[in-house]
Amino acid sequence: MGNIGAKDVPVLLSPEGLRIDGRRLDELRPLRIEAGALHQADGSAYVEWGANKVMAAVYGPREVHPRHLQQNNKAVIQCRYNMAAFSVDERKRPGLDRRSQEISKVIAEAFESVVFAEEFPRTSIDVYIEVLQANAGTRCAGLVAGSVALADAGIPMVDLLPAVAVGKIGGAIALDLKKEEDNFGEADLPMALVPQSGRLVLLQMEGHMTEEELSQALDLGVKGCRDIYEKMKQALRERYAPTPVPGALA
Amino acid sequence: MGGKVYASVLGLVSPRPPVVQVIPLSGRYIPRPNDVVIGTVTDVQGTFWLLDIGAPRWAPLHMTGTPWKVDIGETERYLRVRDAVIVQVESLDPTGRIGVTMLGEGLGKLEGGTIVHISPARVPRVVGRDGSMIQTITRHTGAQIAVGQNGRIWVDGTPEAIRRVSDVLRFIDEHGHRPGLTERVGSYLRATAEAGPPRETAPEGAPHVGFAPTVPPEDETEPGGDRDSYDTQDP
Repeated sequence: MGNIGAKDVPVLLSPEGLRIDGRRLDELRPLRIEAGALHQADGSAYVEWGANKVMAAVYGPREVHPRHLQQNNKAVIQCRYNMAAFSVDERKRPGLDRRSQEISKVIAEAFESVVFAEEFPRTSIDVYIEVLQANAGTRCAGLVAGSVALADAGIPMVDLLPAVAVGKIGGAIALDLKKEEDNFGEADLPMALVPQSGRLVLLQMEGHMTEEELSQALDLGVKGCRDIYEKMKQALRERYAPTPVPGALA
Repeated sequence: MGGKVYASVLGLVSPRPPVVQVIPLSGRYIPRPNDVVIGTVTDVQGTFWLLDIGAPRWAPLHMTGTPWKVDIGETERYLRVRDAVIVQVESLDPTGRIGVTMLGEGLGKLEGGTIVHISPARVPRVVGRDGSMIQTITRHTGAQIAVGQNGRIWVDGTPEAIRRVSDVLRFIDEHGHRPGLTERVGSYLRATAEAGPPRETAPEGAPHVGFAPTVPPEDETEPGGDRDSYDTQDP
């Protein structure tokens, strides 16, 4: 990578404790969730989170393809996380790569821990997550979108799964990193929480943190997840809210 | 959990003490015995057909469950892939296997017509109390309608009748969880009936110039355009 001099690294944290986009350390980026954004899917959601734009579609429970993945005591949960070629600055080579395979796997495993899969033996619940525009934290945005889509599909679950990344920038622990903070920061810690039980079902880390910082980061992340949780529930409520009906049948 | 009850699915709570019931708003069709459902053939085997009835799994229809005398290996002469049938759920087992039969009144192969898909949670609203909604719809349109409990509805009649019925069904699908549904559907049907030809149902803002002597068979473009203009009017 060569020599990125100190002057090339942007100042991530101002002396006043504000970040490059003016947020405080414990502040989330603006988050908008829309449940039921797609017609064809059994359930769907669209999430705009800062500059992230993520679409999720859920199909199932349905017949398993390929057949050999079928489990005769429960449903299999299959997830495909995919980034569009135009989602990042440089064109991303389309299709599965090492990174998206990993993210698909961890997201599927997070969902497995909340979905009552035993209710639908020999079936498959398929979650498709498409990242249309990426700006750090897309696996969390994907989890949020996928989770709302699962609820929209009427799939029985323990709880919704809010997710957020906490990181370390300029020596301080910060909630919900954006792209520059992720690129030039010291650490990144995405997590997904089951709010009712307080259990974490996804936790990954890149970079370095001290033990103290880690526990501080976890606290901050859990707090962030609880805020996101409210927005997820709100999105589902709005989907069925009595709004004036446009169209000929009004 | 801690004296509280949590729902596992998204739905409306029906407060009927002492039982708490959640009425789901969405979800796939979960079969129950004796449901009459509409399915399409997805696979043909030597002694049975596999039907997609919108349930989590495909339902096998065995040749002994049909009114025909089928010889082994001759199943394809009776039903082929994509054919539509109306069948009844006969048996369910804990692994989710669904047994269906075509023996019974009103069951059989569906010829002609169109199938409209709606959410299975909306089926009771389409039928209405003692079938009142479905009677209203058939009375106003003259269409033949068969409602499957799985949210698949077969409609046959004139192209105009099919179009009106599917409009109504789509409306119920989207707004069926709200009150005042019957009046809305009734007034829509009356409005379109008075107006006569389908193009008259075009809402204001889309004035059509006279009557073309030969109306092109595909009206899709126009209703589609109308819907777009509505979206922009009511953001």
